[in-house]
Amino acid sequence: MIRLRRVLGRLLFVAILGSTTALNAQTAAEYAITHAKIFTLAGPPIEDGTVLIHDGKVAAVGSGIAIPAGAQVIDAKGLQVYPGLFDAVTQMGLSEVGAVRATVDTTETGAFNPDVVAATAILPSSAHIPVTRAAGITEVIAAPASGGFDSGGVTNLVGGQASAIYLAGWTIDDMVMKKHAALVVDWPEVETRSFDFNTFSVKEKPFPEGKKEYDKQVNQLADYMEQARHYAQAMQNPGSVNFQRDVKLEAMVPVVRGEVPLLVFADTARQIRDSVEFCDKQKLKMILAGGAEAWKVKDLLRSKSVPVILGPTLAAPPDEDDAYDRLMTQPEELRAAGVKIAFASFDNSFARRLGQQAANAVAHGLPYDEGLKAVTLYPAQMFGLDAQLGTVETGKIANLIVTNGDPLEVSTEVRYLFIKGKLTSTDNKQKELYEKYRNRPKASR
Amino acid sequence: MKITAKTCWLLAGVCAASLSVSPAKEKSAGFAADAPSPVILIRNATILTVSHGTIDKGDVLIRNGKIAAIGGNLKAPDDAQVIDGTGQFVSPGIIDCHSHIAIDGNVNEGSVSVSSMVNIADVIDSDDISIYRDLAGGVTTANILHGSANPIGGQTIVIKLRWGQPASRLPFEGALPGIKFALGENPKRSNFRVPGAQERYPATRMGVEETIRAAFTEARDYKKAWDEYNKRLAAGEKNLIPPRRDLKLDPLVEVLEGKRYVHAHCYREDEILMLLRVAKEFGFHVQTLQHVLEGYKVADEIAAAGTGASTFSDWWAYKVEAYDAIPYNAALMTQRGVIVSINSDDAAEATHLNQEAAKSMLYGRMSHDEALKMVTINPAIQLGIDKRVGSIDVGKDADLVIYNHDPLSAYAVVQKTLIDGRVYFDREKDIASRPALEKEKKELEEKLAKKPEPEKKAGEKKPEEKKTGEKKPEDKPKPPQAQLGQGGAQ
Repeated sequence: MIRLRRVLGRLLFVAILGSTTALNAQTAAEYAITHAKIFTLAGPPIEDGTVLIHDGKVAAVGSGIAIPAGAQVIDAKGLQVYPGLFDAVTQMGLSEVGAVRATVDTTETGAFNPDVVAATAILPSSAHIPVTRAAGITEVIAAPASGGFDSGGVTNLVGGQASAIYLAGWTIDDMVMKKHAALVVDWPEVETRSFDFNTFSVKEKPFPEGKKEYDKQVNQLADYMEQARHYAQAMQNPGSVNFQRDVKLEAMVPVVRGEVPLLVFADTARQIRDSVEFCDKQKLKMILAGGAEAWKVKDLLRSKSVPVILGPTLAAPPDEDDAYDRLMTQPEELRAAGVKIAFASFDNSFARRLGQQAANAVAHGLPYDEGLKAVTLYPAQMFGLDAQLGTVETGKIANLIVTNGDPLEVSTEVRYLFIKGKLTSTDNKQKELYEKYRNRPKASR
Repeated sequence: MKITAKTCWLLAGVCAASLSVSPAKEKSAGFAADAPSPVILIRNATILTVSHGTIDKGDVLIRNGKIAAIGGNLKAPDDAQVIDGTGQFVSPGIIDCHSHIAIDGNVNEGSVSVSSMVNIADVIDSDDISIYRDLAGGVTTANILHGSANPIGGQTIVIKLRWGQPASRLPFEGALPGIKFALGENPKRSNFRVPGAQERYPATRMGVEETIRAAFTEARDYKKAWDEYNKRLAAGEKNLIPPRRDLKLDPLVEVLEGKRYVHAHCYREDEILMLLRVAKEFGFHVQTLQHVLEGYKVADEIAAAGTGASTFSDWWAYKVEAYDAIPYNAALMTQRGVIVSINSDDAAEATHLNQEAAKSMLYGRMSHDEALKMVTINPAIQLGIDKRVGSIDVGKDADLVIYNHDPLSAYAVVQKTLIDGRVYFDREKDIASRPALEKEKKELEEKLAKKPEPEKKAGEKKPEEKKTGEKKPEDKPKPPQAQLGQGGAQ
């Protein structure tokens, strides 16, 4: 309430003085980034510009802005300002050391886990968070059942809820941006080969058999959605004698109501086609994750307005017959077809390669601005966070980076990083070890 | 995207080690190289020589597969093929000091603690599409290693990525063969158990050391027996019975005699020093430490041993021994005088080693030229082939990459890759060949679809669909976490 009154007061002040003077000395600010080239992503870059940060938000952005008294000035001459990068699929905070089961909380057992929530198990003091931050990534989606080292052999259909988090905070409450950002669905695959642990060997299966099992799983998923829909209806009448609470189905309700999107992990053309048609029929909001063969069904994706979070462009193309640069040319092919794309690391320790993944798509035809937006604005749009994030604009949350160059380039340094308007350290475990061993006295022979 | 590059590659190792699944081969994309032109002139490009700086608007003349001249305004003979390099960058071919491509997944003979009797050279597969894809990433030479399932692993071989040539033409002529050693979690099977199987010795780092010491103690005695026999034979003794030939110990004797390089997979500082001590004790040299993610902690000791270090750019935290891995590792070791290279350990990672090397310009502020060395001349030194490759110098093999951009950038795209003065990868031709290849594939698929099938599949629409539903062994199976790490490639 107090904050609201303060904001209202300021609005009144602005109204009285007029908009031009509002940008002058009267704007309070904790930080002023000055003389920077600002890539707002909401218009052309601003040369020699200023960003004012106040109360966690961008208070002003432009050129010729007066610096309010008391603001900490960051002279960014020769430097560039961008929105912080957004990694749209990670296991951030859910996995520390991939090979050590005890440190991994990414994937539950069982087929249906709509009630488990990533934010519950995110470790705020994970060493991965500051390491990732140093690469200019200010927010991520932490997604359960999204791959990583412990994903093998698990047959989640509904993996759990993905949470959008800031990469800074003392507790998860500081970090959570959107606790229920999406529901993870691992779309089944037609398995013609499976691993048998009793004999420790691969078992071949004829296609019809694999297809039968696939159809069965898809039907299970459809049944589950149906149940959830009925449950949502029943919930409107909680006094009814027949109503029995079910926490799993309850977690599905915002999904069947279309309030929370499905984050569907699918790579093959069949998986994508089937999942898109499924969500269309069920009237579910869908975001495709992975999409190694999305180019094969681009028209369907466009016509159903399904956005795609693409897996690493630097991975091997899925098929031996694919062109060697298939995953690097795909982003532009999808964009040109009218499909909205974002990039994500789908990882934890490789999250810092996010910019590099985008740059390689740019090198293979994706317009540079689109590459930048695919790691900032577009993921924010997909998760309904673009009113707060994704561009450098007045009123948006000040998740910003100040770099010495292109943030997609591998040798670019992030000099300053802001999360929720706070100047946030880019120091981390790795920098500490570097400093420690750089200063090791020369070993005596 | 359930499987990341990292896991995919780990899984590949699992399949390889325990299952020996061979993917059904299809004729793949790409094309055989052009017949070699005896004389090629690359004109008006930025030449990154690595050995003697950068030449702006320079030319490189190639004659009979070797670099014949470097400089400005070189005259091309009439019969020369001229490649216009305007606006392009020419670098030496990328050398990957740690690769498992072109062996059809035969990475690990993991059944025994010492598998020195097996040889990667016996399983070279010239049809592996990874050869072509890595070539398209500028890689011209790769050190093909056995996996890391055993303290002493199999014999290894250096190849050139001569795509389209038979397997017999891939080995790098004259390059010393190697042998893989491995320390730490993989040989002690920390992250991997075959259900029901008995635990294999060693299960600790102590046991890893003893396995190596025991093997070399045996090898030393074996060598002595043969030396004695040969001496007596040379002295003219008659009716001598030779010692029994031991295929496990022969390669270790070659190590003791300096005829075979040791490439040792390692992570932690303690095990690095352990191996250097053991090597000193038995009088052999460790040619390279592979991965060596904690090498920065003992860089002086590595430098003093004259041992090379071949590491990852920024991998970490996939297991406990990689938790202290830092992307500054390469720069710190370089600063202390170690010859450092950046390797891939993975077919897809190899396609952008130039970018991986560039990361040291950020992490540790390495200079541009120093960073480029880590994927060219440094791995060449580590593999003992630096007189032949690794820099652009007159007399060296014409193994060159032409980029559209400075290679130490994420925006650099390889335009051409040459090996022995022959264009093995040409981006323009690759792109131009795609419609024909697609047409051919479609025709083959149609032919296949017309064949009467014993059981008609309901719900099958297009043959292409069926294909995407099928799994390649690289992607499948997905064993649970406890089984990962067996691949041991990393």
